[in-house]
Amino acid sequence: MENIFKELCTGLFAELKNDELLTLSFCGENSQFIRLNNASIRQTGLVDDAMLGLKFIANDRTCVSSITVSSNYDVDMARGAAEIKRMRSETQEILEDPFLVLPTNAGSSREVKKAAGLGFDDAVDALLPAMQGVDLVGIFANGRMYRGNANSLGQYHWFETESHCLDYSLVTPEHQMVKGTYAGTDWNQDAYESYVDRSIKKLALMDRKPVRVDPGMYRTWFDAAAVADFVDMFSWNGISEASLQQGCSGFGKMRHNDQRLSPIFTITEDFSSGLVPKFNSNGEIAPESLPLISNGELTNTLVSSRTAAEYGASTNYAEDGEEMRSPTMNPGDLAHDDVLKELKTGLYLSNIHYLNWSDNPGGRITGLTRYACFWVEKGEIVAPIETMRFDDTFYRFFGTELESVGSTAEIIPDVLTYGQRNLGAITCPGILTSEFQLTL
Amino acid sequence: MQKIDLKSFLAAVDVPADWVGIREVTETNSARVVRDGVPEVNGCFTTQGLMVEVLADGQFGYYGTPNMTDKGISEAAKQAYAQAKKAAQHATYKFTDAARPANVGSYQSPFVKEKDTITPGELNKTLLDAYNQLKVSDKIVSARALLKTIQSLFRFVSSNGSDITQDFLMLEFDLSATAADGANQQTRTFGGMRGNCLQMGMEFFDKWELLAQAQKIGEQAIELLDADECPTGEMDLVIASDQMMLQIHESVGHALEVDRILGDERNYAGWSFVNIDDFGKLQYGSELMNITFDPTLSSEFASYGYDDGGLEATREYIIKDGVLLRGLGGMESQIRSGVPGVANFRASSWNRAPIDRMANINLEPGNSSFDEIIGALENGVYMESNRSWSIDDYRNKFQFGCEYAKLIENGKMTKTLRNPNYRGISNPFWNNLKMVGNNDTFGIYGTPNCGKGEPNQVIRVGHASPVCMFKNVQVFGGT
Repeated sequence: MENIFKELCTGLFAELKNDELLTLSFCGENSQFIRLNNASIRQTGLVDDAMLGLKFIANDRTCVSSITVSSNYDVDMARGAAEIKRMRSETQEILEDPFLVLPTNAGSSREVKKAAGLGFDDAVDALLPAMQGVDLVGIFANGRMYRGNANSLGQYHWFETESHCLDYSLVTPEHQMVKGTYAGTDWNQDAYESYVDRSIKKLALMDRKPVRVDPGMYRTWFDAAAVADFVDMFSWNGISEASLQQGCSGFGKMRHNDQRLSPIFTITEDFSSGLVPKFNSNGEIAPESLPLISNGELTNTLVSSRTAAEYGASTNYAEDGEEMRSPTMNPGDLAHDDVLKELKTGLYLSNIHYLNWSDNPGGRITGLTRYACFWVEKGEIVAPIETMRFDDTFYRFFGTELESVGSTAEIIPDVLTYGQRNLGAITCPGILTSEFQLTL
Repeated sequence: MQKIDLKSFLAAVDVPADWVGIREVTETNSARVVRDGVPEVNGCFTTQGLMVEVLADGQFGYYGTPNMTDKGISEAAKQAYAQAKKAAQHATYKFTDAARPANVGSYQSPFVKEKDTITPGELNKTLLDAYNQLKVSDKIVSARALLKTIQSLFRFVSSNGSDITQDFLMLEFDLSATAADGANQQTRTFGGMRGNCLQMGMEFFDKWELLAQAQKIGEQAIELLDADECPTGEMDLVIASDQMMLQIHESVGHALEVDRILGDERNYAGWSFVNIDDFGKLQYGSELMNITFDPTLSSEFASYGYDDGGLEATREYIIKDGVLLRGLGGMESQIRSGVPGVANFRASSWNRAPIDRMANINLEPGNSSFDEIIGALENGVYMESNRSWSIDDYRNKFQFGCEYAKLIENGKMTKTLRNPNYRGISNPFWNNLKMVGNNDTFGIYGTPNCGKGEPNQVIRVGHASPVCMFKNVQVFGGT
């Protein structure tokens, strides 16, 4: 893939005329997908996919474009050249852009991660035996992923990695569920079988008859996977400087009213894990570490170069959408073995589902409990709970009501595969809150 | 775009499969956005590739590839065949080619004016004019106008004789104004959630009084800043058709997708409160509830002639007089479940395999005028335009928020209300449907962003509905 990208860079940069600038970005994968239902194979197949993005600047205007890369150089060059010609024409008639983000040559990078992954032909035999005898449903995604960026001033970045991920649910005959995600780079058959076996053992807890919990306020422990879903909401009308400037951010109270979260809540954009490339679609390199909320105080928002130009801010080389790419929340001091004891009586929520802002300016988020969620009394798990809706504000559960933070941060991989497989993860611990509102 | 001969590719496939199909998708999506008086996006995004699907030992295997050559297709078919053979030992269900019915035909979406009848410069100007109308006050801190045109070509050929071509020209159009006063922020849009998406050509710009709409949206955003909070309590709720779109989508459409009921989606989108045994029996809603799967409604976003398994698409009643009759399941689900279904086996693009997707799911009009509905209520709320949506994995407990509401007192709409929300449980909620608007209240909407499936897929759906009134709904306001 990298050679294909390099050849297209050479060919397409040669198409440019004076005073024209071009940035190319590349996103590709060779992937295997095995979809499972009841520990059997519902659908299976392979996908080769690659997309070349073109950002063309001329006449103080910007046009963007993308084409599918077929891996046939002549076909792909013809597609790319046709797009340059079309954009050249279009920049003569569209509106002038006063906030142009011009490419620079700030140095190049290359990161290729090798892995002893699971071969596509071996996957069925490796996966299926360990899950027999249980109702397992989910998706196995496997293979290499590629990201590239280059511009006509000579800057070049390449990132290539390989991974596998079995994202699954185990289901009891009474429809109670346990969630599992086995992800990594090198395939380890023993580790995989051990992981699935531990999930199966968790199912035993779900055999107890579920209890119905009334709407109201409860002490609540959230496992790291649930906290990751809340943190993920910060990337949608939250931490983005543009969304704050444009009046559609849940962080408005922190910006305008000097409201703070709990002093034990700290989150950082931290690229040191190497799970995602540091370069964005403009080829800009993000700082290795950028504190966002430090001890409850909003210290930095994510600022793209365009937002910086528009609002007179300093860029921190965020992606154009100003979403978090590698968020890491600091652990606290609550050991996992002490969680039930400290929770005393309340809710233990392993996972949550279908979050949305119900009142964005107020920071209020609604969603539902899902999977292994339990009612706990006097430090002992009583039974799973029936699905409940919650509606509460992060200014409370990450703020005034945040009692403790778990002592171990977990890596929660991004398993989404819209368009192509996502890279990256959210790293966070669990949290204990003194109150959390269930509504239905 | 690369011109190819799908039938010659089919001939180039050399594997001993029981069935082979090749689906080509070529799609160009042009997006233009003017925000706060300057162009934010002038983009054109094209994808082109092939999905090669084979059936071996009762298991389908696939290979999605952008390599559109005889050699590329031949290799893709071999790899798909190997995947299918291996998986067949553990197949969820052993299919035959009956799951891919042979059909020959074509579909052309309706339009009058071709995409290129308006130049990029003219479109920028139109969007800028719309922005200027949205910006009715300095309290509008951000406003934008968005247009997407989508041209899609789907072609499908198969070894059992299918030969289908479907051409689409579609538009998404949105206007949005955000008014802010410190942390008090209110956004008003053109139908909520990019609801104005249609199969249509550039005549769209003749039909709609866009600039007048833009000014109204800007004014309502300002109006919301000082509006009363939506009251909290159980009351009667009148829902505009642009919010009915979301209500139907989440609490009817997804709940009736047969692959969900069969458990395929339990790890991602979820299951359903509906069981296979419920078809033909379940009183899903009141007798005023009539839901159709209608791929024939002109201009609706997800009209088409055939699904991606080759099944011809026809209009069918899903719920009649409140009783559940038919599921949203394509041929694979119909074979697996024995439940009557529809042609809704669809994929988002060439790189994904088809699954059950709702398409156009509509609530048929009733007999009440808008004035009759409002006049019938002593105390209630009228809500427009979705801004927040969430529902559980069984499609039971939902909570939706809207942009704009009016208090209804003694048969009249009075104060404007901000931050309106409501919540409920699908089956009892629909059984509390007490008035259904007539044709004059009927609106055609849709969404380009319906997510489902593993691997994940985003697909376009359409929902048309009249204004409706529901009794005894939990309504509430902001923080």
